[in-house]
Amino acid sequence: MLLHDTALVYGRYLRQSLRSRFALLFGVLTPLLYLLFFGPLLTGLPLGEQGSSWQVLVPGLLLQLGLFGALFAGFTVIMENAQGVVERMRVTPVSRLALLLGRVLRDATVFVFQAVLLVLSAVVMGLRAPLPGILIGFVFVALLTLSLASLSYAIAMKVRTPQEFGPLINAVSMPSMLLSGLMLPMSLAPGWLDVLSHFVPFRYLVDAVRDAYVGQYTSAHMLYGVLVAVGFTGLTVTVGTRVFRTAGA
Amino acid sequence: MAAVISAAGLARTFQTRHGPVEAVRGIDLTVREGEILGFLGPNGAGKTTTLRMLTTLLKPTGGAATVAGHDLAADPAAVRRACGYVAQSGGVDPQITVREELVTQGRMYRLPKAGAVRRTAELARDLGLTELLDRKTAALSGGQRRRLDIAMALTHRPKVLFLDEPTTGLDPGSRADLWDLVRRLRDEYGTTVFLTTHYLDEADALADRLVIVDKGVVAAEGTPSALKLAHGGSIDATLQDTFLAITGRGPAAADPAPVAV
Ligand SMILES: Nc1ncnc2c1ncn2[C@@H]1O[C@H](COP(=O)(O)OP(=O)(O)O)[C@@H](O)[C@H]1O
Ligand SMILES: [Mg+2]
Repeated sequence: MLLHDTALVYGRYLRQSLRSRFALLFGVLTPLLYLLFFGPLLTGLPLGEQGSSWQVLVPGLLLQLGLFGALFAGFTVIMENAQGVVERMRVTPVSRLALLLGRVLRDATVFVFQAVLLVLSAVVMGLRAPLPGILIGFVFVALLTLSLASLSYAIAMKVRTPQEFGPLINAVSMPSMLLSGLMLPMSLAPGWLDVLSHFVPFRYLVDAVRDAYVGQYTSAHMLYGVLVAVGFTGLTVTVGTRVFRTAGA
Repeated sequence: MAAVISAAGLARTFQTRHGPVEAVRGIDLTVREGEILGFLGPNGAGKTTTLRMLTTLLKPTGGAATVAGHDLAADPAAVRRACGYVAQSGGVDPQITVREELVTQGRMYRLPKAGAVRRTAELARDLGLTELLDRKTAALSGGQRRRLDIAMALTHRPKVLFLDEPTTGLDPGSRADLWDLVRRLRDEYGTTVFLTTHYLDEADALADRLVIVDKGVVAAEGTPSALKLAHGGSIDATLQDTFLAITGRGPAAADPAPVAV
């Protein structure tokens, strides 16, 4: 039943995404601009990491794409709450977990698609990285969007107005981006900043993807990245499902 | 006849930033099978909150209820299979076609694909939506939207249909059509209809029995004529005077056309 229900909810929202092709492409615009106008600045700089500057920047941009995109996914649930769509679904026997999973799997699909576009553009710009590493990068994008979209939907079900939701998400996303070293590696940071950034889960993800992009699949960074990504996904999906089960108060 | 809904002391308190809000303070009621029950009360009386509890959307903070023989707390899944619910806001996505919404709804009630398509055609025929199946729901009139909302709620042939202010915002013609539809559902399928309204003429014309709620508790109940006799002074009293006598409040200046409280 869970599979049936998840496929059903996923299909509904994927069709919704396909109807707005413009929005589908628009999401890559910001990281693409960074790639085009920021990426070339790094090519001659000593970044203190292995590989070319593209192998450092592109993993960061991939996670930036997921971070900003998925954290704002909840806006659609705020609209659907106002339209009564969420309650109409919650009154049917459909699985509560499926109501969340169908939505976040759609989000993961959309962001992995955007990530593919971004990586293809990066290859044109000069990125060279091993294929398994690139594929591992997509898996991390998928896990990051699953977890952040779950979190975003949970918050959206609680706050209920875009006026509360927008500022809250901005307050989470900007520091997360800066503190996880998405643009420039935290190995460049002074000690205090490096320490601080270890409290931000995305730090471990970006370190892992950077290792994957230089072909190091069994490093400590990779291990921590996998543990954090899987743990965070489990936690947020659990929280999100709880909210879909008990929402309304 | 057997009771299809019975509630005892059903209550819900919301915890808000400004302290607790006792939306429903203890509702006792029984609804008989095949009855059209009018749940009547001024704005903020707790009508929507009661409906959301009876349809499993909201956990009660006190009391208990059974719907179609299933306990709300013990077996919410069975309650969901037995009831249909139309919220005041409806519940369809404006960008999706009538057909897609109806088919998806059928699938949510676990019909196989072909079954959902067949049920969609049936419901569309029954509720006069056949010509509209390929329109986006945003392109429907108020009355058509309401018929779609009700079709969605009837997908699984529920024993009990909950309608929250189904005619608020409809023009007089569409209201009359909706009244006919509700009567037909009861007469043809034996569906029990539990509807909230703040229109007195609607309650008078449509409901077999009224439950009047005020400030989260039942203030009075009975057939419209029994209530008029008991509280309005005579069987010829208007429901408006009766209502005034029960709640101690005059009708609010709401919509000009129908008589509202
Ligand atoms: N989710 C909620 N949180 C806090 N207060 C609520 C919530 N839902 C309803 N209320 C309050 O409970 C009371 C009853 O509301 P409601 O059931 O919607 O009344 P009605 O449908 O009869 O107009 C109102 O005072 C309303 O503000
Ligand atoms: Mg209401």
